Amino acid sequence: MTPPAGTVPVAVVAFAQTVHRRRTDELSEAEMLMPVLHEVLAATGLRTGDIGFTCSGSSDYLAGRAFSFTLALDGVGAWPPISESHVETDGAWAFYEAWVKLLTGETDTALVYAYGTSSAGELRDVLSRQLDPYYTAPLWPDSVALAALQARALIDAGHTTGPALAAIAARSRADAAANPYAQLRGAVAHGDPVVHPLHTGDCPPVGDGAAALILAAGDRARELCARPAWITGADHRTEAHALGVRDLTDSPSTRLAAERAGVFERPLDLAELHAPFTSQEVVLRRALDLDTRVRVNPSGGALAANPVMAAGLVRIGEAAAAIHRGEAGRALAHATSGPCLQQNLVTVLEGET
Amino acid sequence: MTTAPGAPGASPLTAPLTVEFPFTRSLGPVQSAFLTGLRERIVLGVRASGAGILVPPVEYDPATAAELRELVQVGTSGTVTTWAWNSRPRPHQPLASPFAWVLVRLDGADTALLHVLDAPGPEAVRTGMRVRIRWAAERDGAITDIACFEPDDSPPAAPRTVRAHHGTFDNPVTGIVTPARLDYTHTPGRAQTRYLQALGGRRITGERCPSCDKVYVPPRGACPTCGVATAGQVEVGPRGTVTTFCIVNIKARNLDIEVPYVYAHIALDGADLPLHGRIGGIPYDEVRMGLRVEPVWTDGSRHPDHYRPTGEPDADYDTYRELL
Repeated sequence: MTPPAGTVPVAVVAFAQTVHRRRTDELSEAEMLMPVLHEVLAATGLRTGDIGFTCSGSSDYLAGRAFSFTLALDGVGAWPPISESHVETDGAWAFYEAWVKLLTGETDTALVYAYGTSSAGELRDVLSRQLDPYYTAPLWPDSVALAALQARALIDAGHTTGPALAAIAARSRADAAANPYAQLRGAVAHGDPVVHPLHTGDCPPVGDGAAALILAAGDRARELCARPAWITGADHRTEAHALGVRDLTDSPSTRLAAERAGVFERPLDLAELHAPFTSQEVVLRRALDLDTRVRVNPSGGALAANPVMAAGLVRIGEAAAAIHRGEAGRALAHATSGPCLQQNLVTVLEGET
Repeated sequence: MTTAPGAPGASPLTAPLTVEFPFTRSLGPVQSAFLTGLRERIVLGVRASGAGILVPPVEYDPATAAELRELVQVGTSGTVTTWAWNSRPRPHQPLASPFAWVLVRLDGADTALLHVLDAPGPEAVRTGMRVRIRWAAERDGAITDIACFEPDDSPPAAPRTVRAHHGTFDNPVTGIVTPARLDYTHTPGRAQTRYLQALGGRRITGERCPSCDKVYVPPRGACPTCGVATAGQVEVGPRGTVTTFCIVNIKARNLDIEVPYVYAHIALDGADLPLHGRIGGIPYDEVRMGLRVEPVWTDGSRHPDHYRPTGEPDADYDTYRELL
């Protein structure tokens, strides 16, 4: 949706992320989170007690730590009793909840954070437990296998080729050379097939990381940030969970979310797409009708760092940071969850001229 | 827990952690008919308003959410709509040797079913190829009653119309159990590693918040009040005070403790947060708030086995009222 008439505009005013790494064995989730929480607070001069609403995204399944999100809350300083919420998915959806909360006018600042510790388990198997338990989960199809079915459908439909996918991987990893937080940086070999037609280079690295951002409304945003990234629209949509019902070469949910968020009203400068697999960038570019004038994933995207449950929030943060730095005027950020781009969130961020 | 290889003194603790549970689900009328049908080597679909025949069937239309009940029988051969070659099968997957993941549109269906295809190699698989179901020898009403698909070299059957099916069977399957087992390597983080390493020397350590000065035990690395790291270690106890307690009358499975017994919150001397432990060495009905206790360690255990009275006079209520 776009903000209803009469509501105070809301902006992203600060963003921080960890250096994403293959393993973080020495850290609990609260220990991993604290530096990014302190960084966004320091950037705005806010203290935890000043924050009106706190919302987080994560999944206990990644590290097998029950109720880890309640323990991670220790890192926020949940005292005096705070207004707090958690989504059991990517932090981009926590961002959406916080945006709606601020639009109600109930508060004027929100802290959003997300983290993922994928290194503790076998991510491909762990993610298979999110599938429907009747017809799909008993077969244990892993996340790469499902993405590979989508890639094959795209190749058969003539929307991409193996070399075109390799080029997406190469561009992403080359762009990541300028991203000090990325897990895979610079030229990376396309590698061997993992699940054909996807090669290692078509797949995201497995790793751990966290991210946080602060939202503020109206004049508060202008006080806290020289050039706020105003949220001019955000929307999220879901498709049928059964893969065999969907056209895997298309993402109507992304297109509808983008329409409702106002993406197509004016040109974009930049798009941060949450495409963990190269083939998914092909689907998203088609759904969002992105032309060559739009810079896609200058951060390297999820192919360079994919802290599961935080990678979508990182896309929003990267797009906002580009506006904070004056490098973009109008940016799109996309986040996804579920197999083969099942759920999609799109938001538009704009700087004042 | 074992110490992982790495830099001496700095290496984090790690331990294997297995999360395992039987995911037990009841079935609605459509799913029950479909899975029971598989047991009888019959594949059922459901007629949807716009999308034609859905296989596998669902109870609600994916487009309109309208309730769907009109079952039809479809073929056991079909066409591959997309595929992916899996050269290294993972644990629990249907075939142990390399196979293709496939979406198959069964004859008469308008949607595709996810399963696996037994084929000699990727060169033997293509979108549009004909395949047929290979039934599992033993079937009990689950998607795995289809062992896999196999190439179907017979000429395509003439276009067939699906026929209605009553969906009723003797002894229908009404529920499924989907086992889930995930193996992790658990790492507790810096603060808990320091705490556990101290316990190995029979010392109990808390960590002090640099902002509010509170000592947390066991420490989790962050002060939940201030949201900052608790880095300064403080030895607490070994003696402490019972702040509150309960009497447990249910015997825990696999636990060699006679009931009733007392489980208590114990404020160790020097700590600003009580931890919990079992109280022993005193009849359960004589345990009281303010009782002074100390840990009892047993060989081979990292944690105190229980806490027993020290014999000191009870602590004054005002000394622990903030720790209740």
